Amino acid sequence: MRENLPVLQVVVPLLAAPLAFLVRRPRLSWLVALGAAFWAFFAALSLLTGVLASGAIGYEIGGWEPPWGIEYRIDELSAWVLVIVSGIAAVVLPFARASVEREIERDRIPLFYTALILCMTGLLGIAATGDVFNVFVFLEISSLSAYGLIAMGQNRRALTSSYQYLIMGSVGATFIVIGIGLMYSMTGTLNMADLAERLPAVAASRTIPVAFAFLAVGVSLKLALFPLHLWLPNAYTYAPSAVTAFIASTATKVAVYMLLRFFFTVFGAAFSFEVMHLDRILMPLALVAIVAMSLVAINQENGKRLLAYSSVAQIGYMVLGISLASVLGVAAGVLHLFNHALMKGSLFMAMGCVMYRVGSCRVEAMAGLGKTMPFTMAAFVVGGLSLIGVPLTVGFISKWYLVQAALEKGMWGIAAVVLLGSLLALAYVWKVVEVAYFRPPPDGPGVREAPLSLLIPTWVLVAANLWFGIDAKTTAGVALRAARMLLGAGS
Amino acid sequence: MAAVAIALPALGAFVVLALGKWPNAREAATLTTGVALFALVVSMIHPVEDGTGQGWTLLEVLPGVTLGLEVEPLGLVFALVASLLWPVTSLYAIGYMRGHHEENQTRFYFFFAIAISAAMGVAFSANLFTLFAFYEILTLCTFPLVTHHGTEEARKAGRVYLGILLTTSVGFQLLAIIWTWQIAGTVDFRPGGILAGTASKGVLSALLVLFVFGVGKAAVMPFHRWLPAAMVAPTPVSALLHAVAVVKAGVFTILKVAVYVFGLDLLGTLSSTPWLAWAAAATIILGSLVAFTKDNLKARLAYSTISQLSYIVLGALLANEAGIIGGGMHIAMHAFGKITLFFGAGAVLVAAHETDISRMHGLGRTMPITFGAFFVGALSIIGVPPAGGAWSKWFLGLGTLEAGQLGLLATLMVSSLLSLVYLLEVPVRAFFGRPPEDAHHPEGIHEAPLPSLIAIVFTALATLTLFVHPGLLHDLMTMVVSR
Repeated sequence: MRENLPVLQVVVPLLAAPLAFLVRRPRLSWLVALGAAFWAFFAALSLLTGVLASGAIGYEIGGWEPPWGIEYRIDELSAWVLVIVSGIAAVVLPFARASVEREIERDRIPLFYTALILCMTGLLGIAATGDVFNVFVFLEISSLSAYGLIAMGQNRRALTSSYQYLIMGSVGATFIVIGIGLMYSMTGTLNMADLAERLPAVAASRTIPVAFAFLAVGVSLKLALFPLHLWLPNAYTYAPSAVTAFIASTATKVAVYMLLRFFFTVFGAAFSFEVMHLDRILMPLALVAIVAMSLVAINQENGKRLLAYSSVAQIGYMVLGISLASVLGVAAGVLHLFNHALMKGSLFMAMGCVMYRVGSCRVEAMAGLGKTMPFTMAAFVVGGLSLIGVPLTVGFISKWYLVQAALEKGMWGIAAVVLLGSLLALAYVWKVVEVAYFRPPPDGPGVREAPLSLLIPTWVLVAANLWFGIDAKTTAGVALRAARMLLGAGS
Repeated sequence: MAAVAIALPALGAFVVLALGKWPNAREAATLTTGVALFALVVSMIHPVEDGTGQGWTLLEVLPGVTLGLEVEPLGLVFALVASLLWPVTSLYAIGYMRGHHEENQTRFYFFFAIAISAAMGVAFSANLFTLFAFYEILTLCTFPLVTHHGTEEARKAGRVYLGILLTTSVGFQLLAIIWTWQIAGTVDFRPGGILAGTASKGVLSALLVLFVFGVGKAAVMPFHRWLPAAMVAPTPVSALLHAVAVVKAGVFTILKVAVYVFGLDLLGTLSSTPWLAWAAAATIILGSLVAFTKDNLKARLAYSTISQLSYIVLGALLANEAGIIGGGMHIAMHAFGKITLFFGAGAVLVAAHETDISRMHGLGRTMPITFGAFFVGALSIIGVPPAGGAWSKWFLGLGTLEAGQLGLLATLMVSSLLSLVYLLEVPVRAFFGRPPEDAHHPEGIHEAPLPSLIAIVFTALATLTLFVHPGLLHDLMTMVVSR
């Protein structure tokens, strides 16, 4: 089974999706989804250990040798992203049961889980495949199911948010497929490794820079890089709580993965940064994202929307690291993929607990929750501290590498902006904390603490924030290896 | 052993939490933990004096970046002061918190113990990363203490407190630490420093600026506003945390950075050192001048603290042995003196419900012990015999002479004169002034509750004792500069 893991990683959840629909009963379809997520997590972990022990693992689908057949190829980076996606799914699904029963009509719950597993499958597929067209196929699977998931939100604005995302997301996906098509027209291959070999010969043509540009814009739309982030805040705000927690921690991360794959593995760092000067566009946008979006977050009145803008700012950190195009910088970006998934996951899950009891995520509605929902708000505080980057949390580790990468290049200002971003994060996190701890709860029936089935998964992620902040050797080690691999610096 | 010193108060905190329903048992837990902690820290003196101090690596966070602890003389001075004054303050707090009918007392004692645990962490940290981690924990766990009353005023003060302390530490200090790591390849504290010869003088000068202003807890102007803001906290918090543990963690960090990161030889050659010394001198004078204008006793004491903290910063920046010895001794001397003054301010609040100096006229006849102790504490801050503060000022003065900075010596003298006036005004008017017309001072002798009174007398006597027996402090600080 071990040699088939790269494909089973994706196929098992893909088969579980229709099953979750066919069993019809909400509880049963939840169980199917849970099983799929745990399987995926197990498979991803064993792939990661395999890759770390003995290098990249390839798998030829149907026995067709690449570049003719589709190849699945798991290296340090893809295994890392597989672990993030499936790990978050494995924590969000136990959380989802109670939360979804509260927020979604009973007869649509099986559909919900079907879409959720499909979304996860798509994201896993993007990370696992070594074929660029396959990336597009899985991107569509994950995006379409995500549109459906967001549309299931309680608020009627969920529909328009989903529609907005659909339009922007489809534009992005179209750009990506155009880019892929142009590359195919010049090289006649879709296999990533093969493309990487053949592209330099035709790089001087006009077609390849055009393909590059289409891919850059398409991927930036998907990862919500400022100013292409407009779909994100509404989508995160109005989606059901469990969906927000899952998508916020995974979807944009996988888009960052695509960025790394296309521009480092396929085009190669030399072409992307020395010929096309991708950094000249990514770096300023990332810096603006960090500052401007954090400032916007400070002014939000809805907790989920506040965190959504914070996500756009945090994506700026990842892109910033990548745009430095050094081992440390890329490692910082890759590390922040994981770390940000942990912090945003726990914060959005804490918001889910609030939603479950209070029925609203408006900041105003959280008055007094520090007393009435102490464990939920404590989770929010720890997640928030991690976002700020307090030592002994994962946020600190990300900052450590990012600032170091900037200083290594003598980029003073950038180190300062990174730290300024931390302080802005303090402002928006503390906005919620002050309301929760300093305002008296409103009169009327008291609010109780969220049930354990919500609290335990939330605290699992909170604990992970601390664990990987105190012992970051493993995560930083993997990130550094992935960065060296991407930059072709050997391991 | 250092790890135990950090774990013990943290453990005590959770015992406090568990005993929340039984106030007497809860306070007993705090006091027991405090005494045990002090005994533990005292037991570390001998190994350090024999030069067999130890280091421990708790765990490796990143390759080369560890959570590590060590017991060395400077950290021991800070730890001794904080661990001795913790049980004393707890005793005081029992009288104060009950006498003043404060709410949420369990939470109060819980975060208090956590804060001490963090202070121990700062004292025993073996590298900049560990120190920074505990420094930030100390900031965060004192936030609920500052905002204890939960009022609008407390909330605003909390914002200033957290805002300034985190802005400086994340914006400057963290940058300085990562930069140090970048150029030196280590963040360990080592005798003689780690930075010598690693980068150009210009870069190192800039780094020093980042460190001095990045340690917001040292309250060098213009990053001092958080300290007066923190005075909304209950008095025991102001006394132990904002005269001892938190602020001393700041100046301690600066001393530590001066001696073990830069090294005195390097420090003396940097172009930013004299400028920063003058910034500290300006803070000394300005702090004293502002203290003059404050009628609220705690606010006056807060500005006096700002001024006195910069004595220690100045001592570090003199970059000679006398300066470091004086600075280190002043950590202890100022702690005992200032905590006595804060205890006095709190006692007046509890017993006579007064906060403004202008309304304390004549109170000395009602509270003779409190104001007597206040007088002793004031002498120590001013730096005259028979109080301990005389010694630290002596060495600081020597340091300025050794550095050939007569201007700085004059600054120290002027500031002492200023503090003579604004501090002694309080007991003098209390003993000899006439009570205001509308004041309702209690008849006869009416002191603060007994536990508080014992604490005040204890710290006042300790201040006097330190004048007669400064030997241990001096020996430990001499070890710091001769290591």
